Amino acid sequence: MTAADPVVSPLIAEVLLAAAGAFVLFGIVVFYRVYHGPTVQDRVIGVNVVGSNTVVVIALLAAAFGQPALLDVALVYALLNFLMSIALSKFTVERGEVF
Amino acid sequence: MVAASEIAIVALAAGGVFFAFVAAVGLLRLPDLYTRAHAASKSDTLGAVLSLAAVALVFGTGTTTVKTVFLLAFMFVTNPTAAHAIARAAHDQGIEPWTLADRETEVGPTGGAEEADRAASEPATDGGSPDAASEWTNTTSAVGPETTGESEPGEDSKPADGRIGGTKE
Repeated sequence: MTAADPVVSPLIAEVLLAAAGAFVLFGIVVFYRVYHGPTVQDRVIGVNVVGSNTVVVIALLAAAFGQPALLDVALVYALLNFLMSIALSKFTVERGEVF
Repeated sequence: MVAASEIAIVALAAGGVFFAFVAAVGLLRLPDLYTRAHAASKSDTLGAVLSLAAVALVFGTGTTTVKTVFLLAFMFVTNPTAAHAIARAAHDQGIEPWTLADRETEVGPTGGAEEADRAASEPATDGGSPDAASEWTNTTSAVGPETTGESEPGEDSKPADGRIGGTKE
């Protein structure tokens, strides 16, 4: 992945990279809830938020680096994230808790 | 010179980071699963949508922008749906929402909050479909004692007794 950004000026690329770094930081911070959540649904919500932040990070990287191919990755991961949250909540209702 | 689209990109990205920060703080600090679902679904989705709008502005016009707008609309629809599914699964498992009575046992009884949390907990223990109702009464009664306690210091007990008609415990 080259650093060539034909779409934006370098200043905007720096701003987008800083925003992506902030989203990564928030995703790491939410892991406290994944570890500490007293119920399983707390953990599922934490993992859902981590996944959504990851989708935004990939999209921001696609904009900062000027590579539209990363947007496909973000789209697929958004779909997988949503599907996993639904599947986990259904599983916990039908089969009890999953640790 | 700085173009208008560049200002918009920076403003949208900053707004997205702010709302994601609010979501992270809410996930860590709120007391209950249902309140955390509020933070995770609403604030986090708004932060993601604002950031994806900034990305859409970066790419200008073309198929890439259409892909970004599609991703934005998808996240706008599915993130709250996932949080709703999780909250409903928690309710099906029988997880009770947090009431002000729980805060009383954690923090200790305070003067103005006791009558208010008895009034808030009583509709919450009805069973049936009180989850949304108890959340709303929690939020209103959390605001209540702080606003009315200063204006009517001596009358806190009288309307509470008239409302409840007996002790809870």
